[in-house]
Amino acid sequence: MSGMTTTATKDERRMGSNEPRPIYLDYQATTPMDPRVLQAMMPYFTEKFGNPHSRNHLHGWESEEGVETARAQIADLINADAREIVFTSGATESNNLAIAGVARFYKDRRNHIVTLVTEHKCVLDTCRHLEGEGFEVTYLPVRQDGLVDLAALEQAISERTVLVSVMGVNNEIGVIQPLAEIGRLCRAKGAFLHTDCAQAYGKVPLDVEAMNIDLMSISGHKIYGPKGIGALYVRRKPRVRMQALIHGGGQERGMRSGTLPTPLCVGLGEAAAICKREMEAETAHLSALRDRFMERINARLPEVFLNGDAAHRIPGNLNLSFAYVEGEGLMMGIKDLAVSSGSACTSASLEPSYVLRALGVEEELAHTSLRIGFGRFTTEAEIDYAADRIIAAVQKLREMSPLWEMAQAGIDIKSIQWAAH
Amino acid sequence: MAYSEKVVDHYENPRNVGSFDKNDGAVGTGLVGAPACGDVMKLQIKVGADGIIEDAKFKTFGCGSAIASSSLVTEWVKGKTLDEAASIRNTQIAQHLALPPVKIHCSVLAEDAIKAAIEDYRSKHGAADPKAANG
Repeated sequence: MSGMTTTATKDERRMGSNEPRPIYLDYQATTPMDPRVLQAMMPYFTEKFGNPHSRNHLHGWESEEGVETARAQIADLINADAREIVFTSGATESNNLAIAGVARFYKDRRNHIVTLVTEHKCVLDTCRHLEGEGFEVTYLPVRQDGLVDLAALEQAISERTVLVSVMGVNNEIGVIQPLAEIGRLCRAKGAFLHTDCAQAYGKVPLDVEAMNIDLMSISGHKIYGPKGIGALYVRRKPRVRMQALIHGGGQERGMRSGTLPTPLCVGLGEAAAICKREMEAETAHLSALRDRFMERINARLPEVFLNGDAAHRIPGNLNLSFAYVEGEGLMMGIKDLAVSSGSACTSASLEPSYVLRALGVEEELAHTSLRIGFGRFTTEAEIDYAADRIIAAVQKLREMSPLWEMAQAGIDIKSIQWAAH
Repeated sequence: MAYSEKVVDHYENPRNVGSFDKNDGAVGTGLVGAPACGDVMKLQIKVGADGIIEDAKFKTFGCGSAIASSSLVTEWVKGKTLDEAASIRNTQIAQHLALPPVKIHCSVLAEDAIKAAIEDYRSKHGAADPKAANG
């Protein structure tokens, strides 16, 4: 998770099994695997171990069947065809393949890419890399609510634009981008739309036809599936072509060589199938938890600010700034909660999260932010406990905070000439 | 990023949290750092008629190391003359708390806070410090 630091120190992690484990509230970093997913995977480690590309015997055929069932399950969740799903090692690889693969294939015709400054580092870094190869990249700013400015996006797309890459859901602030509107703009201008849906797939309804999505990156471990597997949706009609990044035996229709990891593919498929069946109920469950948490916090703590749009966001994410309390200091006080901080105080740079800064969140507030992620296995009791622990820690630290003291005395913190250091 | 036991102790049981009246003639106040950088320390000293620091208080916005550094120096400056307190070096703070390299700036800030508090006290009491009188 770029730009975020996790709560526990190495020493604490080593502390051993007699310490209770922190409550897991970092579902945007990763998710525990659903036991039903593990169950579906198990036979493919031992009995059904065949190489899914072996054509000459049952071992190969039964593995292939597992892989192809999974491919159909993955496609089904986004109204795609199974033949449009390419297995990869994860969303980072999918993003690399989509952006670099498409850009390089169409280089002679179009050489411009449009993306957002709040994209995941693996999108931004791939774009930077392509700039070195002679591509032109526009990094569009976002609005204060974290959403793309559609008018600015429309202006940025030209007849030289080969690809627009906009994430479905932001990993830090949880906001949902208007993919259908973005898709319409791209289609009108003849640019492909790639969307990094690592945080969106399985969480919000996605339809590649209705939304005019040409490429979509999918991650296994964000949806209660296994780590080390992801997928890339690649549209067939009209066909999107790309240069492979990994060469070899020509698996995955030449787009991604290498023997498929059958158990992982099956796990991703099962995880997708569960998401499809349970998305509605899960959204309701997470929304209820989120509202319960916020009510508890707001009842006891003033000056808590939500980063990112309040309406267009997944219910499992809260990115909150607790004004006048520094994020890393706060995390130290809530060691029994596994959350992330938007303050990058542990990095040498002292720079707060680039996503929060892109929203225009003032630096002092960016330093006070926590990302709290709820998920499938989060309970009301955990939410209540977490809220109470955060309230207590914030109250204690505000009593210790010179900024809180000034604010209470009516002193405008911005009126003070702070020394830079 | 592993915190030392001493940092954890100061974070969990901070010494001398609070404030003195900054307009009190016996009080010197140092406010250093910047909210945008993620660290602000306020250190206050109360100086007796004999020129000895008899009490100290702090408030800090920052990470655990920043809180620990300021908590520690409130203990260290008590009972010292202004010159003795001014001679406290950030390296001593960092060493005592076993701060890792990325947290050295917290100890630098604590040293700056002591100096700023002393300077403020001296500026209230004539030109004992020429720099303060001129500045």
